[in-house]
Amino acid sequence: MKNTLRQVFHSPKFVAGFVIFALILLTMIIYPLFNPGNPLEQIGVGTFAKPGTYVSLYDAAKSPTETLRLADANDKRIASRLSDSDRVEMVEWFKIMNVSVEGLDISDTDALIDLWSANYDPSVRPQGMTNAKVNYYKRLNNQINELRSGDSILIADYDDEGNLIESKKISSEDYVNTKSVANVKFLPLGTDNFGRDVLKELVSATGTSIRIGLIAGIVATLIGLTFGLLAGYVGGVLDDVIMFVTNIFTVIPSFVLLILITYSLGQEQRGATVVATVIGFTSWTWTARSVRSQVISLRNRDHVNLSKLSGHSLLRIVLMDILPYIASYVVMAFILQVSSGILAEAQLSLLGLGPKTTQVPTLGLMMNWAMLYSAHTNGSWWAYFPVILVISLISFSLNLMNTGLDQVFNPTLRD
Amino acid sequence: MSEEVRNNTDFENKPLCLSGRGVTKIFGFGDKKTVAVDHVDFDFHEGEFVSIVGESGSGKTTLSKMLLGLSNQTEGQILFQGKPRDISSGRKKKEYWKGIQAIFQDPFSSFNTFQKVDNVLLDCINMRGGKSLSKKEKFDMMTEACNFVNLKFAELTNKYPFELSGGQMQRLMIARIFLLKPKILLADEPTSMVDACSRATILDMLLNLRDETGMTVIFITHDIGLAYYISDTVYIMEHGKFVEYGKADEVILQPKAAYTKRLISDVPKIHEEWDLSTVDQLSEN
Repeated sequence: MKNTLRQVFHSPKFVAGFVIFALILLTMIIYPLFNPGNPLEQIGVGTFAKPGTYVSLYDAAKSPTETLRLADANDKRIASRLSDSDRVEMVEWFKIMNVSVEGLDISDTDALIDLWSANYDPSVRPQGMTNAKVNYYKRLNNQINELRSGDSILIADYDDEGNLIESKKISSEDYVNTKSVANVKFLPLGTDNFGRDVLKELVSATGTSIRIGLIAGIVATLIGLTFGLLAGYVGGVLDDVIMFVTNIFTVIPSFVLLILITYSLGQEQRGATVVATVIGFTSWTWTARSVRSQVISLRNRDHVNLSKLSGHSLLRIVLMDILPYIASYVVMAFILQVSSGILAEAQLSLLGLGPKTTQVPTLGLMMNWAMLYSAHTNGSWWAYFPVILVISLISFSLNLMNTGLDQVFNPTLRD
Repeated sequence: MSEEVRNNTDFENKPLCLSGRGVTKIFGFGDKKTVAVDHVDFDFHEGEFVSIVGESGSGKTTLSKMLLGLSNQTEGQILFQGKPRDISSGRKKKEYWKGIQAIFQDPFSSFNTFQKVDNVLLDCINMRGGKSLSKKEKFDMMTEACNFVNLKFAELTNKYPFELSGGQMQRLMIARIFLLKPKILLADEPTSMVDACSRATILDMLLNLRDETGMTVIFITHDIGLAYYISDTVYIMEHGKFVEYGKADEVILQPKAAYTKRLISDVPKIHEEWDLSTVDQLSEN
C-alpha cells in the first residue's frame, strides 16, 4: 500500500495533475476567507465593468492631495481622453475639409491634435451634416482645448443664501494617494452582466462544479460498480438482465437522456445536487461494463475458488477477494467520471438546463449568462474566458492524474 | 522405492469416500458443444491416495472443479460417503466443503495478495468452529500447522503471501489443509509450479498428511512417473474418459491401453535415450 502510494507520487504526470488540482482546491478554500460574502451579490449597476482598480470619485475629491509635477501628465491625459471613435471622427472631418490625411497615424495624439487645431473652424458648417454631428464636433473641440490648457476643475456649492460659490479647485497637478481614498475596489476580472464580481463568482462556481462532479462521480461509480460486480461475479441470468439494462443505457445517447430528465424535472426541482445525481444516473454504463469484464477475468482465479472453499459468503468474496484487485481501476474510472460530470454540467447549463439560477453559480451557468448577454460579441472576455480556462484546467488535471495512475497500475493489472 | 511409500492395503474393502456414476460435463451447445468429461465412473476409498493422470485438455481440471462442487455436472451423480451429494444451497455447500478441500496448481495466484498469512490460517480455524478459542490457543494451532510443513509461524506472522517463495506458499497451503482436516484433499498439480527440491518436500508432506489423518488424497497430475511414485490407485484420463484404472503397480508396470503406454514412454529417463517411437506409432493410428 505504502509502496503503491510512493510509486503513484513518483509518476510525473500524476504529480503534475495533482498539483494543479490541489492549487484549484486551495484557491477555492482560501479565497473566500479573504473575500467573504455572497458571490452572487450585485455590486455593479451596469453590465460588464472592465477588470481593474476602481477608485471612488467622491472620496478622491474629498481626499488630501499632493502636488506632483510630472512632465508627461498632460500628454497621457489627452491621449487617454481621446477615444478611438473620437479619433476616427476627427479624420472624418479632415476628409470633409479636403485636408490630406495621408501618413497620418490616428494613435499619434500630438500630430492629430496639431492637425485639428490647424483645420477646425467652429463657424464652418459642412453641407449635409446633421445638427447633432455639428454639436458633437463643437463639444470635441472644447474638450480638446480644455485638456490642452490644463485648467483646474472648479467644484461649486450653494452657500446659505442659495448662491453658487467655489468650494474646491482641482488642479491638474493634484494627486491623491489611493491608500488615503476610503473606497477603492480591485476587480481582477471585472463584473459580469448582472454587475457581480466575476472572480468571486468564479471561485464559488468552481467549488460548486467540483461538488457536482464528485457527486456525479460517486453516484455513477457506485451504480456501475454494484452492477459490474454482480453481473461479473454472479453471472447467469442476473448477468444477462444487468447487461441488457446496461446496453439499453449505452445505446441511448446519455446526453439526450440527461437533457430529457433535467427538462422534465422542471426549474424548481433543479438544485446542484439533483443535477449532479441525474448526471451520475446517466453515466454509469461505462464503469459497469469495464468492471464486469475485470471481474469475469478474476472470478475463476484460484484465490477466489479457495475463498469459496473456505465457506465465505458472496458479499465477503466480492468485497475482500475481488474488489481490492480492481480498486485501482475503479479509482481511475472514478476520476474520469468526476471530470466528465463537470463537463456534463457545463454542457447542460450552457443549454439553460443547469441548476436553479438564483441560488449558486456554477461554471456552466457563468458561461450561459455570458452567452445570453453577448459577452463574446461585445468583447467582454473576462466574463467567459476565465471560466473556460478553469474548466479546462480541472479536466486537464484530472485526466493527467488518470494517465499517471494508469501507467503505475497497468503492469499489475496485466498479470 | 515405491514399496516404501505404498503399504499395499487393499482399498476395495475400505468404505467409499467419493464416487461418481456417469459424471459428464458439457460446455456450450449446438456446434460449439465440447464434452470435457464424458460419463466417467470412479470410486475413491477412505485413506486412498488416488492419482488422476492425463495430458493437458484431457478434462482433469474440469473433473476436479466438479468434485469440489465449484461447478455442477451436466449429467451423472456424485456420491459423498455413499450418499448422493447435495450442494443445492449455500449452507449445504459450506457443509460439503468441510469435507473436501483443495490445493491448487499455482501458489502465486492461490492467495489473496491483500490479506496477511495470519488471516488465511485464522479463516481455517474459524471454519472448523474454533471462533471462540482464545488468542493463545489459536496461535498454538497456527504454530503447530506451520511446524508440520517446516515453516516458522513467528516468521510468517504479519507478512503478505507475496513476500514468501513459491515453495513456502505451497507449504502454507498444506498447513491450511492440516488445520481444516477434511475427509478428502484434492491436489490439482500442486507441484508443477515449484522447483524439484520443493516438489519432493511437498509430496512427502502430502503423504504424511494422509498417514496422520487418514484422509483421501486425489492427486491430479500430468506426470505418470510422479503418480507411480506416490499413489495407491491410478486413473488414466484421455479425452474426458478413464481409459484405464487400477492399482498403481498394475497400471504402470503392465499397461493395457495404448495411451497409458505412450504416457509411460514419454517419461524422460536419465540413463537412457528418450524413446519417442511410440509417439509416431500413435499418430499413425
